[in-house]
Amino acid sequence: MKDFFSFDIFEEIGQSLAEALSDATDPQMIEDLRVMYLGKKGYITDLLKTMKTLSLDEKKTFGQMVNELKQASADSIAKRAEELKALEIQNEIDSMPEFDLTIPTKEDRGSYHPITLVQRECERIFTAMGFNVEDYPEVVTDYECFEAVNVPKDHPARDMQDTYYLENGELLKSQTSAAQNAILRKYGKQLKEQGMPIRAIFPGRCFRNEATDATHENTFFQMEGVMVDKNISISNLIYFMKTMLSEVFQRDIKVRLRPGFFPFVEPGFELDISCLICGGETGCPSCNHSGWLELCPCGMIHPEVLKEGGIDPEEYTGFAFGLGLTRLAMMKYGVKDIRDLNSGSLKALSQFTEDK
Amino acid sequence: MFLSMNWIKDFVDLSGLDELALINQFSLSTAEVENDIQFKGKDLSGVVVAEIKSIENHPESKKLHLLKVDIGAEELVDVVCGAPNVRLGMKTAFAKVGAQIGEITIAPRPLAGYMSHGMCCSESEIGISDDHSGIMDITDDVALGTDLKELYEIDDIIFEVDNKSLTNRPDLWSHYGIAREFAAIAKRPLKPLDFDDLSKYDGLPKVDMKIEDPLCQRYSCLQFENISRAVSPVNMRIRLYYCGMRAINFLADMTNYLMLEMGQPMHAFDSRKVENIRIKRFDHDFEFQTLDGVERHIDTDTLMICNGDTPVAIAGIMGGLDSEIVEDTHTLTLESATFDAVSIRKSTVRLSHRTDASMRYEKSLDPELTTAAIARFVYLLKKIDSGVEVVSALTDDYAYHYPEITLSFDKAYVDRYTGIEIDNNTILTTLERLGFKASENDGEFEVKVPSWRATKDVTIKADIIEEITRIYGYDNFEIHTASAPLFPTRPEPVKKDEDNIKDILVKRYALHELHSYIWNYVDEFKAIGIENIGEIKLKNASNPNIETIRKTMIPTQLAQVKSNIGFSDSFGIFEIGRVVTGLDENNLCIEHKMLGVTLYQKTVNVRDLYFKLKSIIEVLFDDLKHREITFKAVSPEREYEHPTNLNEILCDGEVIGKIGIVHPVVQKKIDKRACIVFAELDVEKFAAIENKSISYEAPSKFPAIEIDLSFVTSKFAPIMKAIENAKCELIKDVEVIDIYEEGERSSIAVRIVFCDATRTLTREEVTAVSDAIVADLEEQGIMLKG
Repeated sequence: MKDFFSFDIFEEIGQSLAEALSDATDPQMIEDLRVMYLGKKGYITDLLKTMKTLSLDEKKTFGQMVNELKQASADSIAKRAEELKALEIQNEIDSMPEFDLTIPTKEDRGSYHPITLVQRECERIFTAMGFNVEDYPEVVTDYECFEAVNVPKDHPARDMQDTYYLENGELLKSQTSAAQNAILRKYGKQLKEQGMPIRAIFPGRCFRNEATDATHENTFFQMEGVMVDKNISISNLIYFMKTMLSEVFQRDIKVRLRPGFFPFVEPGFELDISCLICGGETGCPSCNHSGWLELCPCGMIHPEVLKEGGIDPEEYTGFAFGLGLTRLAMMKYGVKDIRDLNSGSLKALSQFTEDK
Repeated sequence: MFLSMNWIKDFVDLSGLDELALINQFSLSTAEVENDIQFKGKDLSGVVVAEIKSIENHPESKKLHLLKVDIGAEELVDVVCGAPNVRLGMKTAFAKVGAQIGEITIAPRPLAGYMSHGMCCSESEIGISDDHSGIMDITDDVALGTDLKELYEIDDIIFEVDNKSLTNRPDLWSHYGIAREFAAIAKRPLKPLDFDDLSKYDGLPKVDMKIEDPLCQRYSCLQFENISRAVSPVNMRIRLYYCGMRAINFLADMTNYLMLEMGQPMHAFDSRKVENIRIKRFDHDFEFQTLDGVERHIDTDTLMICNGDTPVAIAGIMGGLDSEIVEDTHTLTLESATFDAVSIRKSTVRLSHRTDASMRYEKSLDPELTTAAIARFVYLLKKIDSGVEVVSALTDDYAYHYPEITLSFDKAYVDRYTGIEIDNNTILTTLERLGFKASENDGEFEVKVPSWRATKDVTIKADIIEEITRIYGYDNFEIHTASAPLFPTRPEPVKKDEDNIKDILVKRYALHELHSYIWNYVDEFKAIGIENIGEIKLKNASNPNIETIRKTMIPTQLAQVKSNIGFSDSFGIFEIGRVVTGLDENNLCIEHKMLGVTLYQKTVNVRDLYFKLKSIIEVLFDDLKHREITFKAVSPEREYEHPTNLNEILCDGEVIGKIGIVHPVVQKKIDKRACIVFAELDVEKFAAIENKSISYEAPSKFPAIEIDLSFVTSKFAPIMKAIENAKCELIKDVEVIDIYEEGERSSIAVRIVFCDATRTLTREEVTAVSDAIVADLEEQGIMLKG
C-alpha cells in the first residue's frame, strides 16, 4: 500500500511529463501527450483506477493527490502549448525575408492632359467664388464671335488671315468671348428677375490661323470669365483678379493694370502680375527684367456687348477677363514648346498623372 | 514707334521731374513702353567743334592726311585723319584727347609714324546718324572748341511704344499727341504749337484740286517755291535718326518731321506733275511705279491721287516715282489729306506694303489736322529757310466731317463705374488736360470730345471713364470686393459628366488623355489607309493637310496610336473633343462633343481587349447613370471599321455611340502584330440620359442559395432569356462564371443566386426554378453540359 502513497509514482509521472513536454516541438505532440497523461486511458486516469482497493480515508487522500497532479499536468501542458504557439509565431516572424524596396514597382497609371489639370484647378477656384462653369461649341457664327461682342465689320481680327472660316460661312471660334452673348442671355433673366448676378466662366478651345512654332499654336485653350450686376466697378475687377490669381498661383500676387484696347471692353486693360520667379522686386530674365509678366486682358464689359446680350448698360455693369489656359499650363509645368500639348505624344503627356 | 523726350519737352515743361518715372507712368496710363529705353549721348564726351587749318598728305599713305586743327585753344592740334572729305577751312566734330566715344577713350597715339592727338569724327561715330562716309561737316556758324553736346541735341532719352497698343489712338502717332499725355500725367500745361497764318495767302490762286471719291475725307494743299536748303538742320536730322528715320533731303525730312511731330503724313509733289489733282479710284487694274522704284498692281478698290487721269500717288500709302521732286523742280505742291481708314488698311494688305503714312491712316486720323499741319509746316520751313515763298492759296476740300461728340453723365455714373471716389475737380482737370472741354453743374457733367479723339476712339461715356481712371492711375485704386447675394452654382451636366468620365478612364483604367486638332490630318490618315474623312471644309486653311473638319474622333486617335507605338506594348488613349457631322437645314454645322477611346495591345486575344473596352463603356453608364446599355450589331460605314463586332451602343433605345475593332487593313498599317479596338460616345447625349437614383435594398438576413449550371453553347443571350422567362422574383443575381470556347464544345457556366428577404428558401423550390430554366433551354437545343 505504501507504494501507492509513495510520492515516487507521482513524481515520476510529473517528471516524465515535464521531459516529454520539453521535447515536444509541435501542437500535435502536445495533444498526444495530453491524451497520454490526461486522456481516458492516460496515466493519470489510470492512477484513479487503482483506488478501488483503498480505504475510504486513503481514497480521499489519494484522490486529492491525483487531482492535484492532474491539475498541475494540465497546466504545464497548456503552458507548453502556449510556448510552442509563441515559438511558432516567432518562427514565422523570423522567416519573413526583408524586402528590397529599391526594386522598382510598376503599376499602370493613366494621365490627364495638362490643360485638364489647369482647367480643373481654375474651375475649382471660380466655382468656390460662385461662378458657373459653361460649355460652348467650337464652330460658331460670325455674329457670336465678333458682332455680338462689338468687334466691328472692318476690324483686323475678322480678316481671313487670323480666323479659320468654314465654307458655310461659320468659323472656328478665335476667342472664348464668342460665348459671351449666349452667357449673358442665358443668365440675364435671373439677373433681372431675381437679382442673381451673372457669374460665369467658359473655358474652351480657340483657333487662330497662324503658323506654329514653340510659342505659337493654331489651337489653344482660353478661359473667359464674366461678372455682371448692378454696381460692378473697376475696383471690384482689380480686387477680383488679384484674389483669383493669388489662388491660381498659390501665393500673394501683385497685379497692375495698363490701358489695353479690346473692342468688347471699355475701359480695357492689360493685366500684369508680379514676376513669379523674381517676385517683381529685382527683375530677371523670365520677366525680361521688368518685374512684371503680362498675363491677361480684362476690362469692364462694353455697353454695346451688354445691350446685345439683352442687358441694360444703364442699369448694370460688369467685368470680363480672358485667361490663357494653355499659357497657364505651360507656366505651371515648365512646358517650353507649346506644340507638345497637342502632339499626342504619350512620352510627353503620360507624365501628368495626378489631378492636383 | 520711337519717341524723343527732347521733342516731347518742346511742348511740355517737365523740369524738376523724373523723366524715367514719367515714362513708366505713361506705360501704365496710356500705352505700353518697351523695355529698353535708350540714353542717347550717354557715352559721348569731349567732342568739340574744330576747324581744319592745314592738310598735308601722308608721305606713305594715299588715304591718310596730316591735319592741324583749331579747337579754339592757343595751339593747333596735330591729327592723323583718314577721311576722304577733309578740306581746308572745314569745321568738323573733333574728339579731344581724353574724349569718350562709346567704349573708347581717346589718347594720343602714333598712326603710321605720326602722333595723332585726337580724332576727327563722322556723324555715325558720334551716334547722330548712320553716315560714316566721311567726317562730320559742320556748316553752322559756331565758335571753335564748343562742345558738340552744347550745340546739338545729342543727349536724349528715346523710348519705344508698342505700336499695337496705339491701334485705337490715332492722336498718339505723334510727339505732340504723346506730349499731351505727358502733360496730363505730369499735371503740367501743354504748350500750343506755333503756326504760320495761312489766311494771308488767301488772295493767291488756288490749286486745281477735286475730291471725286468718298474714300477721301479731306484734301488740303499749298504750293511754294524757292527752297534753298538741301540738307536739314542737324537737330532735325538727329531727331529723325533717333526716331528711326533716315535723313534724306530737307524737303523729305520736313514732311517726315511733321508726321512725327503732328501725326499727319504729308507728301510733296513736283507741281508740274500735279496740275489738276483728282482723288479717285479707277475702273480697271493697272501697274503703278512707286517712288521706291517698285511696280505695284493697283486694283479698282485702291484710292489714287491723280493728275487729271494720270495716277501720281497711291493715296495714303506712297507717292509715285514720276511725280517725285527732282533737281530742276521749281514749284512744290504739299499734300496734307485724310482718307478712309479701312480702305487704306485693306489696300496695304492687298499691296502687302505698309508705310509710316498708311500705319497712321489706318488708325482713323483727325481730318482737322490737315490744314494745321500745313500751317505748322510753313512756319518751320520759313524759320529754317527764310527765302521760301508760298505761291498758292491754301486749297482745301473738306468732304467728310466727323460728327461732333458731346457726352453727358453724372457723378453717380463715375462712382458706380470706378467703385472709388474721384472728386469733381480731378475729373474736370484731367479731362481738360487731355483736350476735352468739360463742365460740371450740380454733379452733371458735359464733355465735348476733341476732334483728335472723335474719329472712333471716344464715342460713349464709358470711354470717358477710361480717360479719368487711367490718368488717376489704376495703382492708386482702393480695391474692394463686390457685394452680391449668394446663389448656389450648378455645374452644367455635360461638364460634370465630362469630369467624371475623365476620372474613371484615368484613375480606374489607366488610360491617357490626349488632345488633338479638330481637322483631319489628311497625310497621317492616308498613311493608315483612311481617306474618306468628311466634307466640311475650311475656306482658308494654310495647309491642305488640315483642310477638312473631322466627323469622328477615331481616325485622329488611330493616327495617335501609330505615332505612339514603342511607348508601351499596351496602352489606351482617350479624348473628349468636337466633331462636325454635317450641316443642318440652316446650313449651320452640326457639332457634337464626342468621347473617343482607343485601346492598343500587342499580341493578345482580341476578344479580351474588346471586352475590356466593352466593360469600360458599361462602367461609365453604370457609375454615372446607373443604367444598363445594349448593343446592336451594325454594318461598317468607314474604312477603319471591322465588319464583325461593330456595334452601336444604346441606352433607352437611343444610339449613344459605337464600339468596334479596327479593320485589318488599317490595323496592319498601324502595327502588324497588335490588336486595336475603339469606342466613341456622344457626350452630350450621354449627359442627357437621366441618372437613375440608387434604390437601396436592405440585405436579406436569410441565406442565399446558389445554383451553378453549365450549358453547351457559345451564346449567352438565350440563357439570360430563359432565366428572365422563369419570372422568378427570388433570382437576385446571374453571373457568368466560366466561358470555354472551342467550336462544338463551347460552354458557358452561369451561377444563379436565389434569395428572399423574409425567409430561408428550400432547396426544392429553387431546384424547381432551375429545372424549368434548363427545360426551357433544352427545348431550344441547348443542353446542360454532362
